[in-house]
Amino acid sequence: MTVQDSPTTSLQLTEDGQLRHFLTLDGLDRALLTDILDTADSFIEVGERSIKKVPLLRGRTVVNLFFESSTRTRSTFELAAKRLSADVLNLDINTSATSKGESLSDTLLNLEAMASDMFVVRHSQSGAPHFIAESVTPGVAIINAGDGRHAHPTQAMLDMQTIRQHKGSFEGLKVAIVGDVLHSRVARSQIRALRELGAAEVRVIAPATLLPRDVESLGCTVDYDMARGMRDLDVVIMLRLQKERMEGALLPSEREFYRLYGLSREKLALAHPECIVMHPGPINRGVEIESAVADGPQSVILDQVTNGIAIRMAVMSMAMGGQMADRNRQPMGGVTP
Amino acid sequence: MSVITEQSSSSLALVGGRLAATDEKVTLVIRDGRIEAVTGPDSNHGADRVIDVSGCLISPGFVDLCCNLREPGNGQKGSIATESRAAAHGGFTTVCASPETSPINDSGAVTNLILDVAAKRSSVRVLPVGAITRGLEGELLSDMAGLAAAGCVAMGNGSHTVGNARVLRRCMAYAQTFGLTVMFSPENRALAADGYAHDGLVASRLGLLGIPEVAETTAVMEMLLLAEETGVRLHLSQLSCARSVEMLMEARRRNIAVTADVAMHQLLFTDSALSGFDSRYHVRPPLRSESDRQALLAGVRDGVIDAITSQHQPHDSAAKQAPLAATEPGLSTIETTLSMGLLLVQRGELSQPQLLRALTESPASVIGCRAVIEPGAPADICVFDPGEVWTPSASNLCSVGLHHPVPSRSLPGVVRLTLCNGVIAWSLQPA
Repeated sequence: MTVQDSPTTSLQLTEDGQLRHFLTLDGLDRALLTDILDTADSFIEVGERSIKKVPLLRGRTVVNLFFESSTRTRSTFELAAKRLSADVLNLDINTSATSKGESLSDTLLNLEAMASDMFVVRHSQSGAPHFIAESVTPGVAIINAGDGRHAHPTQAMLDMQTIRQHKGSFEGLKVAIVGDVLHSRVARSQIRALRELGAAEVRVIAPATLLPRDVESLGCTVDYDMARGMRDLDVVIMLRLQKERMEGALLPSEREFYRLYGLSREKLALAHPECIVMHPGPINRGVEIESAVADGPQSVILDQVTNGIAIRMAVMSMAMGGQMADRNRQPMGGVTP
Repeated sequence: MSVITEQSSSSLALVGGRLAATDEKVTLVIRDGRIEAVTGPDSNHGADRVIDVSGCLISPGFVDLCCNLREPGNGQKGSIATESRAAAHGGFTTVCASPETSPINDSGAVTNLILDVAAKRSSVRVLPVGAITRGLEGELLSDMAGLAAAGCVAMGNGSHTVGNARVLRRCMAYAQTFGLTVMFSPENRALAADGYAHDGLVASRLGLLGIPEVAETTAVMEMLLLAEETGVRLHLSQLSCARSVEMLMEARRRNIAVTADVAMHQLLFTDSALSGFDSRYHVRPPLRSESDRQALLAGVRDGVIDAITSQHQPHDSAAKQAPLAATEPGLSTIETTLSMGLLLVQRGELSQPQLLRALTESPASVIGCRAVIEPGAPADICVFDPGEVWTPSASNLCSVGLHHPVPSRSLPGVVRLTLCNGVIAWSLQPA
């Protein structure tokens, strides 16, 4: 049983179905997801030029608002914005205003006063970008760069682009997501994207302590046994395991986790011979994945990073397009979702 | 619409209304704060003042077992003056004030302060609930006998838990010594951990930290067993799970002295209310599944759940203006409780007598009071028009908390007159 998410859909899509914010993949249909992938494909070529710029966001100000630290995601968002010719401001808020007791709402009001056009938001709390999208003045696009356990939609889309590059399409694909699904915003967005794009089967493989309640309701099957779950796989996606999970009594030890759920060469051999190996990074070698697999011929982990820039360029330019469409529709700027 | 706030005349007659309980058309004569007579519609009452309440139902004033008035200490969220006025607007004439004030109501001095302020500024009766442990910390017993002597009607731990079963057992045994009622909101804090939403489909999809049902049900079971052993009168506040209702039924069969309540919003909403991260519906215990809601409704219909409370928790806007996890739990409900109940009556999920029983006589009996309309009883009365509709908004709500559960929606049931001790606490002239 799926739950309708109409409040979010009307928030992130314009009247005619264009992206206005990019908060979650919930409520986005296959045509729109495919449009994002196609647009990203067209931007890959930009990255191969000697002058890697297009003028789509020229004169726009993009603020990278990171309430939680990140290297890869923030730097690819920064590069994406710069390749679109935007002015970029990077703010690490965990070391700035909120530690002085300023509320998120007040921080936002101050940033809006600097006439920003787009906030790229990472936050440790689920729904924070959603809250920001509801609070900001109309005309400012919000891009979710990962919120709590909720969603990491650009990561999921760059994963989809990577899968499409290697497999051609999603029809008939069997995909497994292995590890800490409970705490993973990436897994939630991936499951949603894979289902919408037409993958045949999404399996999650983990012990019960690392799975959310009623996880099947997200549109996947569950296997506690990795050897069984690896059979016939076309894609295996490994999730990062945080060391804190041992302290929370979710797992006994890294060693036991690796033995049961780590991706070794032996376990990979149980999958389809052309199965690709993915990981949203940063990887823990010897905890969830064997080094030889991470660096092996079936690994596409570095392709994922490369595709991150193109996907983020696509989403940023599309959301800014949706905001402009809103502004043209209501010249007074009074658009309330 | 204007509001009358004058004092009552020495005698008052309400004419043209019908008793909610029997649908009889009556004239109600009130003198010196008490009901003097309930007579036929055309009788000669000889009262100094007459109020025409034609088209309205006359009910005993509602009794709320769980209300946060925010005074002392939280002036930005409300005060006894503002929130008691909100209570009167909602048809309530008696509210049990949560011990979660600042300072916490864990001594007779704080109880006296609350009662002094209430005597001066409250529109309705305020009955404080004393903190059963010092500072609500769940470690040391409070001066329960002293709190009761100062005027507390029951002992409870607010939304805090007594995590240690040994302390809980001693709380109950000590309260039982003095014949006190204990009120607990059952939650196993270790299982609830950092959760803020029902651990179900919506939390899994949105990545919200879940509070599993077992956080409530294991606490209910522990409390029932300890109540059975100590013989204390136990009141379970704010149940949210189907399984809790089953355990309550079983406890009743075993003649354990237990009563229970549910918050009105638990009967109307489920966790799907959070699907757009709407912090308004961040409440504790969390809104749960549709099958839980159905079981809670059945519990109210059967009388297994005695009372419906408002669980009124007014907040300033900043408390709700943040990502969901960072917001404070609670809804401002006391002014819309009757209307939400009447929505359930319209849908056929509760009957009007079941609703009114759970708002009047049943909660009153939990705290050893009565809520009746009969000669000699205190004139605590709610007069409402069940058919009239209204739309709650900042302009017509009295509470400081504007985060009520049914925004921009027209609701059935307008309270036209609330009398507390024969004094007009709320009055709305016909539009």
